[in-house]
Amino acid sequence: MHDQAALLLARTQFAFTLSFHFIFPSFTIGLASYLMVLEGLWLKTKQAVYLDLFRYWTKIFAINFAMGVVSGIVMSYQFGTNWSVFSDRAGPIVGPLMAYEVLTAFFLEAGFLGVMIFGMKKVGPGLHYVATCAVALGTCISAFWIISANSWMQTPQGWTLNSAHQFVPAGSWWPVIFTPSFPYRLIHTLIASYLTTALVVGAVGAWHLIRGHATPQVKKMFSMAMWMAALVAPVQILVGDQHGLNTLEHQPAKVLAMEGDYRPSPDGAPLILFGLPDSRSAEVKAKIEIPHAGSLILRHDPHAPLQGLTDFPRDEWPPVPIVFWSFRIMVGLASLMLLLGLSSLAARARRGLYEWGWLHRFALVMGPAGFVATTAGWITTEVGRQPYTIFHVLRTADSVSPIAAPGVGWSLAAFAIVYLAAFSAGIWYILRLMAKPPATGEPDHPDQPTHAAGITPAPAIEGGRA
Amino acid sequence: MIEPDPTLALIWAGIIAFAIAAYVFMDGFDLGIGILFPLFKVGKERDQAMNAVAPVWDGNETWLVMGGGGLLAAFPLAYSIILPALYPPIIAMLLGLVFRGVAFEFRWRDPRHRPVWDFAFFSGSAVTALAQGITLGALLQGIHVEGRAYAGGWWDWLTPFSMLTGVSLLIGYALLGACFLLWKTEGLVHEDARKLAKMLAPLLVLAIAAVSLATPFLSGQYYKRWFAWPSVLATAQVPLLVAIVAALLLWTLAKGRERAPFFLTVALFLLSMAGLAVSIFPDVIPGRVSIYQAAAPGVSQAFMLVGAMFLIPIILGYTGWAYWVFRGKVGEGGYH
Ligand code: HDD
Ligand code: HEM
Ligand code: HEM
Repeated sequence: MHDQAALLLARTQFAFTLSFHFIFPSFTIGLASYLMVLEGLWLKTKQAVYLDLFRYWTKIFAINFAMGVVSGIVMSYQFGTNWSVFSDRAGPIVGPLMAYEVLTAFFLEAGFLGVMIFGMKKVGPGLHYVATCAVALGTCISAFWIISANSWMQTPQGWTLNSAHQFVPAGSWWPVIFTPSFPYRLIHTLIASYLTTALVVGAVGAWHLIRGHATPQVKKMFSMAMWMAALVAPVQILVGDQHGLNTLEHQPAKVLAMEGDYRPSPDGAPLILFGLPDSRSAEVKAKIEIPHAGSLILRHDPHAPLQGLTDFPRDEWPPVPIVFWSFRIMVGLASLMLLLGLSSLAARARRGLYEWGWLHRFALVMGPAGFVATTAGWITTEVGRQPYTIFHVLRTADSVSPIAAPGVGWSLAAFAIVYLAAFSAGIWYILRLMAKPPATGEPDHPDQPTHAAGITPAPAIEGGRA
Repeated sequence: MIEPDPTLALIWAGIIAFAIAAYVFMDGFDLGIGILFPLFKVGKERDQAMNAVAPVWDGNETWLVMGGGGLLAAFPLAYSIILPALYPPIIAMLLGLVFRGVAFEFRWRDPRHRPVWDFAFFSGSAVTALAQGITLGALLQGIHVEGRAYAGGWWDWLTPFSMLTGVSLLIGYALLGACFLLWKTEGLVHEDARKLAKMLAPLLVLAIAAVSLATPFLSGQYYKRWFAWPSVLATAQVPLLVAIVAALLLWTLAKGRERAPFFLTVALFLLSMAGLAVSIFPDVIPGRVSIYQAAAPGVSQAFMLVGAMFLIPIILGYTGWAYWVFRGKVGEGGYH
C-alpha cells in the first residue's frame, strides 16, 4: 500500500483535477448571483440595460457551467477510483454530506438551468426569474455541503469508530456538519467567489472602456463590479483574519507553516514578509521580517509567545514552502484587490470612474486575480493539512487506492491532455464573448429558434413546419 | 446504529437501483443521440437533434452523480472496491463525459470548428456508453476481492463477455436516442430516426438474448438462480415479457407510431434490469459482497433517508416541470 510513487501521482491527479474544477464553480457561484441581481433589477425597473447585461453574461455562464459540471463529475468518482480506503472508512460521514449536496443542490441547479438558459419565451419573465433564483440558490447550497465535508476533514469532531473501522457519527449529525472551521471556511469561500466574479466583470467593463466603448451597458457593469470589489474586499480580509485565528486554534502546524515559524518565539513572533523556507535546516533564509507583528496579528498582543514547527514531530509537518508561498500569493492579491476597490471609490468621488485610464488598466490586470487567490487559498488549506486527509486521524498515505503507479500515471496524463484541450477551448470561447461589448438589444443564447438559422452555414432545408 | 441495519440497506439498495434506472434511460437517450450524431446530415438536422436534449441533458446526467454519490454514502465498501477494480473503464467514462458535455455549448460558439465538436459529441457519447456497458459486464463476471479491497489485476475487466455487454449497451442507448427523436422531432431527422430505430431494435433484441444466454454460464450461482426448479417458473417470466415487449416494439415501429417505441424501449431496459436483479440480488459485488455487508451504518443511511424521502419527490416534480416546459416537437430552428 505504501507505494510512494503511486501516492504522489494520486495526489497530483487529485490536486490537478480539483484545481481545475474549482476555477469554474468559483465563477459559477458569483455569476449566478450576479445574474439574479441583473434580472431582478430588470423586472423591477424595466430598464433594458439590465436585460442586455443579463443576456450577455448568461451566454458566458452557460459555457462556464458546462465545464463546472463535467469537471465536477470527475471529482465525485475520484474519491473511489483513487482514494478507496478513504472512501471505505470515511464514506459513512463524508458520503451523506455529499449525497445531500446532490439532492438539495445539483438537481436544483441542473433542473432549472434549462429553463434559465432556453426558456424565457416559454415561461414568461416571472417564472423565468424563479428559475434564475433556483440556480443561484443551488450554487450556494452546493458550497454549503461540500465545504461542510471538507471542513469535517480539516477539523473532525463528533465521530466514533465502528467494528469495520469506519468513521461514523457518534450521535447527532449536527456537530459533524457544523465543525469549528466550517463557518469561517464557508463564508471565506463564498466571498472569494463573489470577489472573483466582480473582478472578472470589472475587467471586462474596463477593457471596453479602454477601447472607447463607454456604452450604458459597459458603464453599468463596470460600476456594479467596482462597488462589489470596494465593499467586499475589506470584508474578505477581516474574515480571512478570523479564519486564520480559528485555524491557529485547531491546526496550529498549518498556521506556523503559513507564517514560516520553524522555531518557537517565546517573546512574540515576527511577521515574515518574504523569505525562502528551508525545512531541512528548519529556518527561513533571506527573510525580510517585521518584529513582533506576527504575534500582533495572531494573538493581538506583540509579546504573546508562539509555538514553532520544531515543537511538533517532524513527520507531522506539512510541506512548508508550498504553504508559505501560496498563503503569500493569496494575501498579496487581497491587498491589491483592496487597493482597486479604494481607487474606484476615489474615482467615483471625483467623478472619474469612467475616465481614469489607469484605473481601467488596473481593473483589467486584476481580472484573473480572484482565480489565482482562490486556488492559492485552497492549496494553503489542503497542503497545510498534510500529512493527513482527516486531520490527526487518517493519513494521506493510508487513504489511497491499491492502484500501481503506472496506472495512475496514465490516467493523470489522460486528464492533463483532455482538460487542457477541452477547457482551454472553453476559456477561449468565453474570452471571445467577452471581447465583444454587450449590445443594445443583446441577442439571446444562439441555440434558440430566433437565431439557430442565422448561424447555421448549412443549406436551408425546405418545409420548415412550425 | 453505528453498525449496518438490514432494513435500511434494503431500502437504499432500492433507491440506488431507482437512480441508476433513471440515469440509464434519461441519459441513455442523450448519449444515444450522440452515438447516432454522425449519421445525421450536417446542418439543421444535427442542430435539431441536439436541440431536442439541450435543455435537459444536465439534469439527466445528475442521476449519475446520484448513483455514484449514493453508492459512496450508502454502500461505501462497494464503492471503494468497484471503482479501483474498474479503474480504466471508469476513467474512460469520465473523460468521455467531459467531451460530450462541453460539446453542447462549444459547437454553437465556434461554427468554424463545429465538425470538431460534433466529433467530440459523438466519440464522448460512444466511449461513455461502451465504458458503462463494460463496467456492468466486468461486475457480473466477478471481481477478485481480498479483505476490504480489490485484489485483482489491471486488465481483469477486459473479457469477451464485458465487450459484449459494452456493445449491447451502446446499441441500447442508440435505440433509445432514435426513439426519442422519433417522438420529439419532425422533418428529416424524424425520418432518419425512424429508419435507424427499425434497424437498431432487432439488434438490441439480439444483444439482450446474447447477454442473457451468456450470463448463466458465467458462474454456477447464476445458473441455479435462473434454472433451478421450481423458481424457474418465476424467472421464466422475465424472458417471456422481454419477448412480448420486443414484439410490440417491432410492431409499433412498423406501424409508424411515434411515441410508443420510446416507452417500449424503456420497458426493455427495465426488464433487463429485473433480470440483472434475479442474477445478483442481494449482492452488490456478485458472489463476494452483499448489500448487507457493504451497507453504511444505520446512522448514515437513516440520516439520508429522511432527506431522500422528501427531496426525491420534489426533484421528480420540478424535473417533470422542466420537461413539460419543453414539451412538443422540436422544429428545425428549435423548440416551438
Ligand atoms: C464551494 C463550492 C464547491 C466546491 C468546493 C466543489 N464544488 Fe463541485 N460544484 C460546485 C461547487 C463546488 C457548483 C457551483 O455547484 C458546480 C460548479 C458549476 C456547476 O455546474 O455546479 C459544481 C459542480 C459539481 C458537480 C456536477 C453537478 C451536476 O451534475 O450538476 C459534481 C459532481 C461536483 N461538483 C462534485 C464536487 C466534488 C466531489 C468536490 C470536492 C472534492 C467539489 N465538487 C468541490
Ligand atoms: C475546491 C475545493 C478544494 C480544493 C481546491 C482542494 C485542493 C486540494 C489539493 C491542492 C490537494 C493536494 C494536496 C497535496 O497534494 O499536498 C488536495 C488533496 C485532497 N483533498 Fe482537497 N480540495 C478541495 C476540496 C476538497 C473536499 C471538499 C474534499 C473532501 C470532501 C477534499 C479531499 C481531499 C483529499 C481526499 C485529498 C487527497 C489527499 C491529499 O493529497 O491531500 N478536498 N485537495
Ligand atoms: C488578507 C486577506 C486574507 C487572509 C488573511 C486570508 C486567510 C486565509 C486562511 C488563514 C486560509 C486557510 C484556512 C485553513 O486552512 O484553515 C485561507 C483559505 C482560503 N482563502 Fe483566504 N485569506 C485572505 C484573502 C483571500 C482572498 C482575497 C481570496 C479569494 C478571492 C481568498 C480565498 C481563499 C480560499 C478559497 C481558501 C480555501 C478555503 C478555506 O479554507 O476557506 N482568501 N484564507
